[in-house]
Amino acid sequence: MSKKIITLHVNGKDREVAVDERESLYETLRNELRLTSIKKGCEVGECGACSVLLNGRCVDSCIYLTMWAQGKDIVTVEGLKDETNGDITDVQKEFIKQAAVQCGFCTPGFILKAVEIVGANKPYTRSEIKELITGNLCRCTGYMNIVTAIEHAIKHNMDKLGIPYEVQPATTSFDLPDEEKEKMLKDVLAMQNNDVTKV
Amino acid sequence: MDYIGKSNLRVDAYAKVTGNAKYSADLAPRDAYIAKVLHSTIANGEVVSMDVSEAKKVPGVIGVFTCFDVPDVEFPTAGHPWSVEESHQDIADRKLLNKRVRLYGDDIAAVVAEDNVACDRALKLIKVEYKEYPVHTDARSMLNDKDAPVLHPNWRKDNIIAHTAFNSSEYFNYDEVKKNAITKYGEENLIEVVKNVKTPRISHSHIELPVSYAYVDANGKVTVVASTQIPHIGRRVIAQALNIPWGKVRVIKPYIGGGFGNKQDMLYEPLNAWLSVKCGGHPVLLEISREETIVCTRTRHPMDGDLRALATKDGRLLCRELINYSTNGGYAAHGHSITAKCAGIFKNLYRDELGVRSEAYTVWTNAPTSAAMRAYGVPQAVSFAETLTDDICVKGGFDPYKFRMDNICDENTSAGGAMFYTYGLKKCMEIGAEKIGWTKKREEYKNQTGPIRRGIGMCCFIYQTAVAPIALETSTVRMILNQDGSMQLSIGATEIGQGADTAFTQICAESTGISPDKVFIMSSQDTDVTPFDTGAYGSRQTYVTGNSIKECGILFKKKICEYALTMEEEKSLAGKKIDDLDVFENYVVDKNTKEKLVSLEKLSTTAFYSFKHNQHITAEKTTDITTNTFASGCTFVDVEVDMPLGIINIKDIISVHDSGTLINPALATAQVHGGMSMSLGYGMSEELILDPKTGKPYNDNLLEYKIPTAMDSPDFKVEFVVMKDPTGGYGNKALGEPPTVAPAVAIRNAVLNATGIGFNEFPLTAQRLVHEFKEKGMI
Repeated sequence: MSKKIITLHVNGKDREVAVDERESLYETLRNELRLTSIKKGCEVGECGACSVLLNGRCVDSCIYLTMWAQGKDIVTVEGLKDETNGDITDVQKEFIKQAAVQCGFCTPGFILKAVEIVGANKPYTRSEIKELITGNLCRCTGYMNIVTAIEHAIKHNMDKLGIPYEVQPATTSFDLPDEEKEKMLKDVLAMQNNDVTKV
Repeated sequence: MDYIGKSNLRVDAYAKVTGNAKYSADLAPRDAYIAKVLHSTIANGEVVSMDVSEAKKVPGVIGVFTCFDVPDVEFPTAGHPWSVEESHQDIADRKLLNKRVRLYGDDIAAVVAEDNVACDRALKLIKVEYKEYPVHTDARSMLNDKDAPVLHPNWRKDNIIAHTAFNSSEYFNYDEVKKNAITKYGEENLIEVVKNVKTPRISHSHIELPVSYAYVDANGKVTVVASTQIPHIGRRVIAQALNIPWGKVRVIKPYIGGGFGNKQDMLYEPLNAWLSVKCGGHPVLLEISREETIVCTRTRHPMDGDLRALATKDGRLLCRELINYSTNGGYAAHGHSITAKCAGIFKNLYRDELGVRSEAYTVWTNAPTSAAMRAYGVPQAVSFAETLTDDICVKGGFDPYKFRMDNICDENTSAGGAMFYTYGLKKCMEIGAEKIGWTKKREEYKNQTGPIRRGIGMCCFIYQTAVAPIALETSTVRMILNQDGSMQLSIGATEIGQGADTAFTQICAESTGISPDKVFIMSSQDTDVTPFDTGAYGSRQTYVTGNSIKECGILFKKKICEYALTMEEEKSLAGKKIDDLDVFENYVVDKNTKEKLVSLEKLSTTAFYSFKHNQHITAEKTTDITTNTFASGCTFVDVEVDMPLGIINIKDIISVHDSGTLINPALATAQVHGGMSMSLGYGMSEELILDPKTGKPYNDNLLEYKIPTAMDSPDFKVEFVVMKDPTGGYGNKALGEPPTVAPAVAIRNAVLNATGIGFNEFPLTAQRLVHEFKEKGMI
């Protein structure tokens, strides 16, 4: 079967790709555009590792045809970084701060789901967050710190919107105050900066 | 300590949240061929013939390779250090592709093609003719059939990989001890529990599938880039499988998406390497599916244990016995070592006044191969021991907390070369009981009726740190000073998600005096570049590699100080002797006053570019560890059981760990969360089920094989008893695996407390609960 040339709107840019009509969005984005943050965990829509945002909603790209994505706004984790100044989103920062990352393989999928959740501008409770992320599987974290990271990201957004929102207190006496984590995050981000023109 | 015990953020977190972290499949070249494996559709028998003529005709197919084409070499796959003694070597019982089929899904052929579609089409066109034999999917059924076909006649004539027994003394015999106890105490003063416990076949369910790609590099080296926990062991196994010199193999490990022990085995890497060789060294990518991962890689051993225990009516544990039948599946992989570890922990967890017997069979069967999985036989050991304890308590009317306090192993416990150099188990129990409200809730939950009941339960464990002295524990670390006073830390130990690289960075900073932001750890292992270390398993790395980093750091620091003394132009150093100097926060300082003498930046630039005294400061250290210290801990859980629905709701759960010093408390806590979650799966939902007649799996996908989702996961509480262990580099003990031991059994014991029913088959699924409650006329 001959390939078709189509245009996809990915991470803010129009990209022309040659696709087989039977191809999944997972295959096109990874193989043609080399967006390797999209991961394969099951290929049948069970694990959520291949999540991408389509018009702001998460879909499993492994069971979504590329042809259907034409004309839609596609976002992957590669597209979350601000290319002009290197900034990353509150969601990503909180995943770093709350130790919500272990092996990191499910992380891009969870981050996109969290971006969708935070973007809803709703003060979700912990149990609502758990329900919302239930289509993403993680084997390392027990979801505990992922939920905490999302709570904190929601908190930033609620603060901006002026809506009262409380995160759950820590469930271990070994947790650090948030200010200390914030300080360490600044160091982590500073380590990533190699641009002397940017302080 | 300056950098130990601090909750540094992970060194790899930024790379992972931005998608910059590259995993094996992300790195595969675009022109790599695709390989796929043909699996047997019978569980026991032989491939009589194979017709590949139609498959070869599919456009895009590069080659079709069958079990008739592979080297006539059997090789071992376990991620154990090699042994120079033949009797300690792992069992070599598998070829790259196998004519003799031992499990449903055995690897019998492989196709290499230009793309996925051609590969799939060709696989479907291969015609296979089998000769079939009767199937036995579990150890007991295999042993009970005296005419069962022998799976590996070169190794054993009876399908028993090994049969061993750990006795408290050579002459211990449960029946005789019982007879003597009756004479001494009177039968009316004794209680006995006799039962059988079964544990499930569990899939590791790391989210990254075991992926690799292989090619022959410019130097003629067979190179495999793989998602593995054990690159250096992998090199040896691949070389053995291909029958080529070990040095001709190179294994590269990029970031890996979880392993949990499955990737402590060589899985498809040897086949991948061979397929590349057969295709002229062209890159070949071998990505297996989730279904293949569940069935054709490795699983946790299902175990089936007959148990007996005798106690006095005043709450003294007299003796116990376990006879355990462990189902190993079609290939030996780790052989008997997991069942043996299970036997050891069962024996050592309690002080049996009159003795204990722990007997174990590991049996080849027509089932998925069982091998290493997080906590290596100890969840099963504790499922035996800690359900037994609560059953004794019910029968004797004992409080399970008090009974454990009176009978559990104490600080003098010593076995198999391991001992408690520090002992925090009882302190863990005290904290857990207090936090969960044990005494009050035990009282509150008495005499419940009705369909919804509350219960509280607990479970304890002990866990060896690393695998010495049973296996070699060795690790090499290399440190290199950069021109600006920062450094490279090069290790063979692997980051697999657990946070090792962050802990190593902190240990390195502590031992060298170079701050963590100037320690650049090499996260990708390459057997041609990074030094030898056996890899990530056995909760060993922070202990073994950590010790090696500490030792290397001390040597590195000494070399830096020695160089400082040659810097004549530095007036601050005039008259100083080596013993006066230390490195602290990137400066050579006066050891006593901490006065800054020269910055490492200046020192290293001088060392690199000085005409007078040119030196590239490096250090390398190999340490082997022969000590082994027990970690320990417990889980307490408060549940609500909905009896008509068979649903267990966790209302509160806390794990308390005695793991010595915590290198990084935040990451330690995160490790415990993950372990608790995994144990919840073992306890309540996970079980790979096979058709006993055909060996065919019923639920080899993540929809029907139920790992916990976020909705299934309560908020985990975690505490630690921190004691500095004298054998750990900085006082640390095992933590990677222990968290996945106790929660499942604590839940089972809480359900017993709630309903009076002691379930003896894991997991406690809704079906099992409803069935049992109905049987008992409770619903």
